[in-house]
Amino acid sequence: MPSIGLHHYLALSAVVFCIGIYGMLTRRNAIGVLMSVELMFNAANIALVAFGRFVTPQLVTGQVVAAFTIAVAAAEATVALAIVLLIYQHHRGIDVDRINIMKW
Amino acid sequence: MIQTAWLIPIFPLVAMAAIVLFTHRHRALSAGISIAAVSLSFLWGWSVAVSVWGDPTVHRMSFDWLNLGESMYIPIGIQIDGLTGMMLVVVTTVALMVQIYSLGYMRDDPRYSRYYAYLSLFTMAMLTLVLADNFFLMFVSWELVGLASYLLIGFWFEKQSAADAGKKAFITTRLGDLGFILGLLLLYTGCGTLTFQGVFSAVDSHVLSGGLLTIAGLCLFAGAVGKSAQVPLHVWLPDAMEGPTPVSALIHAATMVVAGVYLVARSMSIFLAADRAAMVVAWIGIITSVMAASIGLVQNDIKRVLAYSTVSQLGYMIMALGLGGFTAGTFHLMTHAFFKALLFLGAGSVIHAVHTNDIREMGGLHAKMKTTSITFLIAALAIAGVFPLSGFWSKDEIVAATLGHPIFTVLTLAVAFMTAFYMFRLYFLTFTGKPRDQHKFDHAHESPKTMTVPLQILAVLSVVSGWIGLPWLEHGFSSVVFHEHPHHPEFHVVWAFIAALVGLSGIGLAYMMYYKGSIDPERVRARATGLYTTLLNKYYFDEAYSVLFVRPYYTMCRGWFWFDQHAIDGAVNGLGRVSVAWSVFNRWFDETFVDGAVNGVGWLTRGFGAIVRHLQTGRVQNYAFIVFAALVVLWLLQ
Repeated sequence: MPSIGLHHYLALSAVVFCIGIYGMLTRRNAIGVLMSVELMFNAANIALVAFGRFVTPQLVTGQVVAAFTIAVAAAEATVALAIVLLIYQHHRGIDVDRINIMKW
Repeated sequence: MIQTAWLIPIFPLVAMAAIVLFTHRHRALSAGISIAAVSLSFLWGWSVAVSVWGDPTVHRMSFDWLNLGESMYIPIGIQIDGLTGMMLVVVTTVALMVQIYSLGYMRDDPRYSRYYAYLSLFTMAMLTLVLADNFFLMFVSWELVGLASYLLIGFWFEKQSAADAGKKAFITTRLGDLGFILGLLLLYTGCGTLTFQGVFSAVDSHVLSGGLLTIAGLCLFAGAVGKSAQVPLHVWLPDAMEGPTPVSALIHAATMVVAGVYLVARSMSIFLAADRAAMVVAWIGIITSVMAASIGLVQNDIKRVLAYSTVSQLGYMIMALGLGGFTAGTFHLMTHAFFKALLFLGAGSVIHAVHTNDIREMGGLHAKMKTTSITFLIAALAIAGVFPLSGFWSKDEIVAATLGHPIFTVLTLAVAFMTAFYMFRLYFLTFTGKPRDQHKFDHAHESPKTMTVPLQILAVLSVVSGWIGLPWLEHGFSSVVFHEHPHHPEFHVVWAFIAALVGLSGIGLAYMMYYKGSIDPERVRARATGLYTTLLNKYYFDEAYSVLFVRPYYTMCRGWFWFDQHAIDGAVNGLGRVSVAWSVFNRWFDETFVDGAVNGVGWLTRGFGAIVRHLQTGRVQNYAFIVFAALVVLWLLQ
């Protein structure tokens, strides 16, 4: 039985990323969009960690960047949720199709 | 005294400056300064004249006025000889008398100080004129007396006629002065100097050609014609009577108007060398004399009669000079100055009393104004040439000068007759008979002492001034005032008798017509209506000038005005309209094309933006889709 290698991780990462993109582009619920974005972050984290493990095993740069990404994602989620909350108060809903205040 | 003769015109100059600059608010002080100055000039002038009388050498003093090396050298200075001495006496005496007389005559005038300033200006200029040793200085003072004359004729400038008369005098004499200055330029070109000495020695040594000399002489004479009111430029003098009467006496009878005579006398060398010019002078003189005397016969304005008399007597002097009678002309100049000043001042006294110039409103004034009447009578007798008054002697000299020219002799005697007639017509109508205007007669009064004393002094001079020309006098007038060599007049008993008889018959005719009434003036007038009307209208000179010069000039002015209004203004306005049209076009071009280009750029940007902005949907998912789509496209293209 072939052991699990880099390709498997990258494939997983790609699948998760695509699911994330699909979700981000198609979800109408702002929370759903945010969750999809989190999926994309994590797909990127998987890729980073996998490259870190298999390409440069003696260094931990991949893992460090992944840790940073998680931190940034947390901050991002905070800000985004705050925005969503305000939008909800303003529009009585969080359907992103109806939020076009940044239109020209 | 002679060394300081240059002071004589300085006194009135200082007086004028003092009045104008400092004392013009103080009437009495201004008059006092002026009279004090002219008194000094009077004393100086007389003493210079007396010393000249004893010692007939010519004194000259001069300094460089303009020295540009070879090309131009004009010294100015003074020259004193018999003629100058005589003129100094005449000018200072009459000026002093007139200034004293004016104290009374001008007493109520609001511009008293100014009047005395003008008189001082005139006196200064006239004294400079007679003292000058060269034509240049003479011309300068000649113009200055013209200016003073203008100012004083128009002294009562509130009156339109006075203002007009001033202008007329100024412009008319200017015509003559144009000739004068041309003559000076000719002489300067010919002789290279303008001093009397230089010019006359050049003339005597035949440096100038005969033709040039004749033209120069005629040019100089043109100046004299203007200033001395000879035909055809005599029209200004009668109008000049608009000025105050003392001014008429000083300027327009005794002094300024004889400047022309003085000029001709001074330039005698030129006229002796150019005998054709001299004949013109003589003819102009006698024509003026006859014409003016005949006009004087019918005038009714007391001052105008005297004005025409002045013109006529000036014609006498000019004629005598033209015929070579230097002493005759200058002698008559002196005696005339005294008796004509007296006549004018007497007329002023009458006008002061009755407030009219019209002799038809006078009459019988002898009863009210004894001094004026008697002094006027003395002057009238003098001008009529009655023995032994001054006019007798000078008129005899003039008649003697015409001997050898029968036409001149006859006309001279005719003028003597007319002079005696109009002068006594004037006297009888003014002072004798019944008052024709009772109201004016009742208010008439003798003038104050300041006016009658000058009359008395001048009356004495009118009697005795002729005596210095007595033919049998050892050192008489002719031995001092002469040209080149003393001229010893012979007393022509026959001609003196004839002249006196002519004068007396003129007086007699006036006596019969205006005193006794044995000849009715109205009937004479009816018999010669045409002649009377012509004389009353002064031979239509003013009308002729109006038709010949004034109206064509006005027509020309109107023509130029039209040209100005239509052609020049038209061109200017046309240019304006073209500018406006061009500006309108420019504005259209600016608004259409330049603004169009700018706006077009904006419009294009807006239009493009309107299309492109549809990309900005505001939906984040659209943007994300585009980003990934682009990523995918880029990846595929790789």
